[in-house]
Amino acid sequence: MNSELEELYQEVILDHSRRPRNFGDLPDAAVRVHGDNPACGDEIHLGVKFDADGGLQDIKFTGHGCAISQASASLMTMKLKGKSRAEVLEMFRAFHDLVTEEAAEAPKLLGDLRLMQGVRKFPQRVKCAMLAWRAVEQALQQDTGESTISTETDLVAS
Amino acid sequence: MHQVARSSVDWNAIREDFPILREQVHGHPLIYFDSAATSQKPRNVLNALRHYYEHENANVHRGLHELSSRATDAYEKSRKRVASYLGAATADEIVFTRGTTESINLVAQAWGGKFLRAGDAILLTEMEHHSNLVPWQLLAERTGVRLRFVPVRDDGTLALDQLSSLLTPEVKLFAFTHISNSLGTINPVAELCAKARAIGALTLVDAAQSIGHLAIDVQELGCDFLAFSGHKMCGPTGIGALYVRAEILDAIPPWHGGGEMIVSVTLEKSAFKKAPHRFEAGTPNIAGAIGLAAAIDYIERIGRAEIFKHDVDLANYAMHRLAELPGIRLFGPSGPRGALVGFVMEAAHPHDLTTFADQYGLAMRGGHHCNQPLMRRFGVPGTTRASFYFYNMKEEIDRMIEILREAVRFFK
Repeated sequence: MNSELEELYQEVILDHSRRPRNFGDLPDAAVRVHGDNPACGDEIHLGVKFDADGGLQDIKFTGHGCAISQASASLMTMKLKGKSRAEVLEMFRAFHDLVTEEAAEAPKLLGDLRLMQGVRKFPQRVKCAMLAWRAVEQALQQDTGESTISTETDLVAS
Repeated sequence: MHQVARSSVDWNAIREDFPILREQVHGHPLIYFDSAATSQKPRNVLNALRHYYEHENANVHRGLHELSSRATDAYEKSRKRVASYLGAATADEIVFTRGTTESINLVAQAWGGKFLRAGDAILLTEMEHHSNLVPWQLLAERTGVRLRFVPVRDDGTLALDQLSSLLTPEVKLFAFTHISNSLGTINPVAELCAKARAIGALTLVDAAQSIGHLAIDVQELGCDFLAFSGHKMCGPTGIGALYVRAEILDAIPPWHGGGEMIVSVTLEKSAFKKAPHRFEAGTPNIAGAIGLAAAIDYIERIGRAEIFKHDVDLANYAMHRLAELPGIRLFGPSGPRGALVGFVMEAAHPHDLTTFADQYGLAMRGGHHCNQPLMRRFGVPGTTRASFYFYNMKEEIDRMIEILREAVRFFK
């Protein structure tokens, strides 16, 4: 069996893609971000609530797409719930490095997210893994309202 | 299953002409099922490109030295070659462009910009590639022209019964694809052109997927514009052509301005050449045109009728074998179709399937295939597409089925 495929699609990741956690609408979301990856048809709709200090009080998502994009979103929401703004941004950078840097060591702070390390061997799939993270990055840049992001342009349109 | 006479060509021997087919991918022999995206190139095309740069390379049309003559002759000979390949009346009806997309943009901007205005309509279809949709959307924004669409039926064919209600006098252009790059549907070009002509509309055929697969005679088909890309018919990238029927050619104003397309220039204004040169500003893709002519030579040596037989054979076989797989949904007509099959599987998303397949050397495409409206119409974000050309074999399809079976197991 192909070891890179085994790592990319290990059981936990497939499980998260089939039964994503924190999946559903967040009715009292302060911020909503819609993201898409036009290259392969992944979509995410993120709902976020902030606490008094601007940390991530609650986060849920809906959407559809490839196993990598859905699993990444599921794992991300589990990790980020309750984290401060600063921690979220730190994890964003660390996760981006995890899936793009060939040689780098996976930082402990990412915890379970390190399961996504296999993506680094599949550069065409980085956008899939990053979709949810780009959406949450966008969410942090606004206190309220809705916006849209795309992995193709990184442009923000509201 | 659609039966055609067995081809007599030795397709295995033909594979020898394509050096890239010997490539190993992730330790496996390449199975290239992505020719709808771009085709592979035979040695004679590669040789023609090399020969040009080694013996003939110079700028065209303006030079007075020997090499410039060679380059100009080769370039204009290529134009004639394209004209004969299309059955055009004269070589003047062939404008070299970068490809299908540029050709359609040329029509939209130069012809559409001059002749269409608010109140006019352009008829397209739901199955058009973005390249035969977006240029018209841009034109519509600028001029107020309205866009209409022939719907696609569940079986992937056009709802031709609705044509008479769609082709009304406001329609000035009917632009449609010959073969759908996602569904494989082959549209009845001659019939559609005749219906459009009957109400005074011009026609544009997107021949990107058909140009290398079956015989096209623009005079028989009766189309006014036809666009294609060289790289989908064994030619190099960066070259294609737009056929424009002579009667409408002269009225179309210049598109890009610059050198080569002018007769005389003052600081204030310029006088322009006749078509086709009027539409070819700047140094053209000379090597590309020469490579394209070599591709035409190669294809015609095999024969497009033979190629089409092989296409149909492969497509039928693929459809038949794919239907064996659990949880698979095939798209497009079950009858005659082009050499491609789009499908979705319950087991995995197209992007996951194509990543999996790639690890075994199988190149397919997963996504919306520049057909976002069509995907939406069928309620899928994208499909996995296997597209074939005459250098593919049934054994490769067998291997694809094995790999897909393995994928179903893997993703369970």
